[in-house]
Amino acid sequence: MALPSDPTRFTLAEARDAIRRKAISARELAASHVEAITVGRRLNAFITETPDHALSAADASDDRIARGEARALEGLPLAIKDLFCTKGVRTTAGSRFLENFIPTYESTVTRNLWNAGAVLLGKTNLDEFAMGSSNESSYFGPAINPWRARGSNNDLVPGGSSGGSAASVAAHLALAATGTDTGGSIRQPAAMTGTVGLKPTYGRCSRWGIVAYASSLDQAGPMTRTVKDAAILLNAMASYDAMDSTSVDVPVPDYEAGLEAGVKGLRVGIPKEYRVDGAPREIDALWAKGAEWLKSQGADIVEVSLPHTKHALAAYYIVAPAEASSNLARYDGLRYGRRTEHAGDLLELYERSRAEGFGREVLRRIMIGTYVLSAGYYDAYYLRAQKVRTLIARDFAQAFTQCDVLLAPATPCAAFGLGEKTADPVSMYLNDVFTVPLNLAGLPGISVPAGLSGDGLPLGLQIIGKAFDEATVLKAGRAIEVAADFTAKPQAWWRTP
Amino acid sequence: MSVDKDTVRRIAKLARVAMDDAQVAEMEAELNAVLAWVEQLSVVDCENVPPMTSVVEQRLTTREDAVTDGGYADDLMKNAPQSEGHFFVVPKVVE
Repeated sequence: MALPSDPTRFTLAEARDAIRRKAISARELAASHVEAITVGRRLNAFITETPDHALSAADASDDRIARGEARALEGLPLAIKDLFCTKGVRTTAGSRFLENFIPTYESTVTRNLWNAGAVLLGKTNLDEFAMGSSNESSYFGPAINPWRARGSNNDLVPGGSSGGSAASVAAHLALAATGTDTGGSIRQPAAMTGTVGLKPTYGRCSRWGIVAYASSLDQAGPMTRTVKDAAILLNAMASYDAMDSTSVDVPVPDYEAGLEAGVKGLRVGIPKEYRVDGAPREIDALWAKGAEWLKSQGADIVEVSLPHTKHALAAYYIVAPAEASSNLARYDGLRYGRRTEHAGDLLELYERSRAEGFGREVLRRIMIGTYVLSAGYYDAYYLRAQKVRTLIARDFAQAFTQCDVLLAPATPCAAFGLGEKTADPVSMYLNDVFTVPLNLAGLPGISVPAGLSGDGLPLGLQIIGKAFDEATVLKAGRAIEVAADFTAKPQAWWRTP
Repeated sequence: MSVDKDTVRRIAKLARVAMDDAQVAEMEAELNAVLAWVEQLSVVDCENVPPMTSVVEQRLTTREDAVTDGGYADDLMKNAPQSEGHFFVVPKVVE
């Protein structure tokens, strides 16, 4: 197949193959993306751009390629969510508190990527501390969705929390990006930007060096334009890591190798509880179409039940803030990050540094978390939520006795307008209705672009798999991708001065 | 269950966050909206259900009890807003 003339139109796989046969240099690849990022600043996808670093890393890659020592991702420019600590490169977590924080160490996932030869383009925008579903809680302003509704010039959210990563991949500012997913933060923005987002099984990618939000739910994963690219990137990101006690020591299969195996005989479960009242009809219609696509490729469709689904969001909004309030206790204004200039004593220093450094959504979650963990309320809230979590995990285990993967929508709606849901936290939280249950159960899931809404905005379908069975998730995701043949692209309005 | 302004102030104290009266009032309304919503969990039958303590089935790994890392005092101080040598400077605590 002929390659596109503009290197930013390459898929990750195409770029890799072109580099290997020396059809393009790493330098050219990096330079074209640096240029695209500069032209795409209107999208506010990056908090920190690292063009000089990208070009010198690309030169080093070209040297290796010349010596015949190219590694798996040699010379491939990537965007990294600004939640991964990068040595010597500012890492803000989208927060004023960490506005000037420069890590002295590298997260395991990003170290894996650099060891595979990948090139850092910059750090992408996100909801503050990954808390949000629209990227609007970022201290650095919201990232903007490259997509606009048909006939409209209004800015839309890219979803969140990995909104900058999703926007940068959708707008071809990066070949691919990393994200993290605590309640949907990879899959929901992927669905809203017409890109592919994979949340691996809890324990598949190391959490070491990723700014913690809710430690029993956080998981890093790839955000790409194709399912094959997600397979390639996951292979490089995943590893067992002794530095993360919840990292699981199981072999990482070659995900790319099994991608085209097809879904003949695969049992695909349709969880009936995912039909939510008031969901737009086009979401249901796309879901039905997805089942038809898989069926026509030889899969068996079975209806399954996940009876506790409707309680997942409420359990999540107890567990996640509880863990967040505990994790964010480390921000004391003394050792790193913001320190107030208006404090008399130590207590005031803590209280004012935190009040100045944290935005409204983060404060709200710290307050909820502190409340549900406080004396007298622990049993009623946190303990009960952890029990509901057991029930949700059992639901999935039961369903997986009848099927190999589940098919569900990724989001209850397409991308929405800036400011549309910020006034009512609960309406914002409802965005994660289809994504949160997997995090509670630790399971892998992928969102694949599958169609357009009536307004011409991308919609995603989600494949959910058994623990550590990302290979089957990717294979089924690939089958959706083939059938959907999603070729729509946003118009490049952001390039107009 | 719902919270009043005094509870919000107590929680803010526990969370070490300074909050003025206007913020307390806002937070009271927001917390109550979220708490009313999560209240739905009280209808779930959790009798004899153990709380989840481990997300995926795994045995925590152990290692030899030995010093395997360290010696980063300079690195640790690099992001300190105020420091002297290898010490973090804090407001006077003991008179």
